Amino acid sequence: MSDSIPSIDQVPMANPAQDRTVVAVIAIAAMVLLAGLVAPQWAKFLLTIALAKGLVVLGLLPQMRTGLVSFGQALYYCLGAYAAGLAGKWFAVSDLILMILIGGSLAGILALLVGILLSRYRSIFYGLLSLALSMILYGLLVKTEALGSTDGFNVAPYTFFGYRPEQDSVRYVMLSVVTIIAAISSLIVHRHLQTPLGRMTTAIRDNEIRVEYMGASARRVIYVNYVIGAVLAGIGGSIVAAAVGHIDPEMAYWTMSGEFVFMAILAGTASVLAPFLGASIFSAIHSFAFDVSPNTWQMILGASLLLVIVFLPEGLWGLFRRARRA
Amino acid sequence: MTLIVSAESLNKRFGAVTAAQDISVGIERDSVVGLIGTNGAGKTTFINMVTGYLKPDSGRILFDGEDITQLSPREVTRRGISRSFQIAQLYNTLTVMENIMVALSVVLDNAGRSGFFAFADPIVPGFDRRPQDVANMLLERFQLQAYRDRPAQILPGGVRKLLDIALTLVAKPKVLFLDEPTSGVSAQEKFGMMDKVMGNIRSQGGTVLFVEHDMEVISRFSDRVLAFYDGRIIADGPPEQTLSDPDVLKYVVGGHHAKG
Amino acid sequence: MDQLIAVCIDGVIYSSWLFTSAIGLTLIYGVMKILNITHGSFYALGAYMAASVTGALLARGMEPMLSYLVLLGSAAAVALIVAPLLERGLLRFMYAKDEVVIMLITYACFLILEDAIKLIWGVDPYFVAEPYGLLDSFEVGSLTYPNYNLILIGIAVASGLGLVYVLNKTRVGRLLLTVIHDPEISRAMGINVDLFYLVTFSFGAFLASMAGAFTAPTLSVVPAMGVDIIVLSFAVVVIGGLGSLQGAAVGAVIVGLVRSISIHFAPEIELFVIYFVMALVLAVRPRGLFSVAEARKI
Repeated sequence: MSDSIPSIDQVPMANPAQDRTVVAVIAIAAMVLLAGLVAPQWAKFLLTIALAKGLVVLGLLPQMRTGLVSFGQALYYCLGAYAAGLAGKWFAVSDLILMILIGGSLAGILALLVGILLSRYRSIFYGLLSLALSMILYGLLVKTEALGSTDGFNVAPYTFFGYRPEQDSVRYVMLSVVTIIAAISSLIVHRHLQTPLGRMTTAIRDNEIRVEYMGASARRVIYVNYVIGAVLAGIGGSIVAAAVGHIDPEMAYWTMSGEFVFMAILAGTASVLAPFLGASIFSAIHSFAFDVSPNTWQMILGASLLLVIVFLPEGLWGLFRRARRA
Repeated sequence: MTLIVSAESLNKRFGAVTAAQDISVGIERDSVVGLIGTNGAGKTTFINMVTGYLKPDSGRILFDGEDITQLSPREVTRRGISRSFQIAQLYNTLTVMENIMVALSVVLDNAGRSGFFAFADPIVPGFDRRPQDVANMLLERFQLQAYRDRPAQILPGGVRKLLDIALTLVAKPKVLFLDEPTSGVSAQEKFGMMDKVMGNIRSQGGTVLFVEHDMEVISRFSDRVLAFYDGRIIADGPPEQTLSDPDVLKYVVGGHHAKG
Repeated sequence: MDQLIAVCIDGVIYSSWLFTSAIGLTLIYGVMKILNITHGSFYALGAYMAASVTGALLARGMEPMLSYLVLLGSAAAVALIVAPLLERGLLRFMYAKDEVVIMLITYACFLILEDAIKLIWGVDPYFVAEPYGLLDSFEVGSLTYPNYNLILIGIAVASGLGLVYVLNKTRVGRLLLTVIHDPEISRAMGINVDLFYLVTFSFGAFLASMAGAFTAPTLSVVPAMGVDIIVLSFAVVVIGGLGSLQGAAVGAVIVGLVRSISIHFAPEIELFVIYFVMALVLAVRPRGLFSVAEARKI
């Protein structure tokens, strides 16, 4: 996976005002909020989904820096979505923020349990176990009539602090909420990676035995990163549930996890901004390639993935870094 | 004469191979002990057991009176025993400076200093300085400044070993095991390297055990030599005595090294 | 009692199918340490090739009994064309990379092949049911099973025994074991490791495509076929132990029986129970029921 550690002058505690990433995150978030005012509805919708999925990929980032690729983020993504949807269906919860909180929290609680087990695994076993767990959820949901089986169910329109936004503003409010959540999450993860735990993250990928011999618990670092990833995936899932208005078990299928992994590789793990870049590019390819030729978009994806892995191991973000250093 | 580390009847087998047979030895505080023996004699297995990477089939290991036999490497390190490796174990894609920063991060994290909300520079326990200062000090002491921003994987072999050892000192260990510190280092550089290493360790204080195949390095730097053969300690005493012990000459050194 | 017999027979049939479907995956992992996601693509390619060619030949008046050979031939053709291209053209440059990265590369290839299948054969389902019904059926008590299932069982047993024989009793097999243990030293000893990898990969692909080809007559061949078989094969292979032949057999039997039991007694858990067992095995004994020892790292 790609290797990027904050440069040595940010050691060990950085000054946020001088941190390029912090500035970039805030600036981009502001731009999106402004652009959203004039963007067409379909663009707002696509960007919302892209940012929500980007959150899931952001959750993958610390894990991938450890060298661990989870093929089961869809577990929490789907869990977050169903939790949000069921909150509406069974408890008449329609507040967007509340739904997101519920989705993220439930995902986090499950991860606190599952992580104890999963943090003991490495390499492909980590991937396989995470995949098995997400498939368990899939299997359960598909056969559960009460939850709509393979059809899933619809999510009622959301409210925002009590009121339902007007038809024209629905998508903008959603986009704004996602953008702000994405910005805050990015800053949190960025900060996390600068703390000692964050520094140990990449060290583990390079030499776990040495990390243990330095007196640190690799398992603890992996556990923390896993829970972070789960919470972000849960939040992403609940947002998608609210934005799309429909959820189904396919959200837990392994190919969904594959998509997230794909986005992570596409953009690389060099910066907390990269996941959102990856998700956006993926969404773009998916929408436009699918419209042009529905039977080749997967091929285009596969080919892009291959090209990136072989020629750009740091992902597309790596191009930015090289340009900056030149 | 206080024993800081004491091994009692350690046994370890891997299938048909006996890596340790009834190993019992007491190490005095602040001593410098050389471990010699042919490959496969059990020196690294001994280090692996004391540092928690392997669990002996039977026997006990005491550190400062505490039974550490079943502890993991992490727990052993946190109690004050560090080790360097036969093949330097570094963070290959990170630079030399970043490698040191990881070591410092671990120390800081274990001390509960500096976390998510801390925006001021923390103080590294044991050194009472900021992390950058400790790092720069180590770079200077081991003459690694020139390699500061180079990724570990492209470093020459001897420099890798130096960094490997430098990393162990960040935790201010009470006992330090060096597994073949000069292996991979050219004959001319061995003494210079050991001078550097031992000088740094002595300035911090502590007990040192090092595995070495070069008998001249052993004679010059150790006060006591343990000779391993076939999983057992066959000789134990000051260098001149051990290195001329007939069994040691036969099984470890080879007759032509005999002083005479 | 009937139910019990049904459970057993269904279990055996399903296990045979699982075994044949999964064995290619474990072989490739065992020899090349690659978790090959294109396994699903070969399965699907085998099914499509078999269905389309057999269907076309039957429509032209081919003697129906020959269709079994055609199934086999289609599988072989697909594997022998696509697999070597993939291995020589791409994978062999990637062997130095991390296990997970290679897995992702095979995932990328899987995505590409998914669409390749759609482009070549279209998205409509293929049916080629004749070979399935051609051989009559056998009866056990009040239950009837098409004899075709015996072919599935036969293929599983033949592949399993065949591989065991080759690996243990032939010179090639012993050389293969050396390659598995240490490719570099094998190369140094003059063994043509590249050839072994090529042959292993192609044969593993053939096993997958053969499973797909012989499954084709039992259902309708659709584009998503490969997707499901991947996770199922993973489950079988993980439970038995990655790289282990006996493991794949035991894993197939376990998954087959578990599924059979749940279908008959508790259909709601049918899907989830397979992955539950997979997760359970991973949790308790990650290397599977038949694992291989690892050498010391430091």
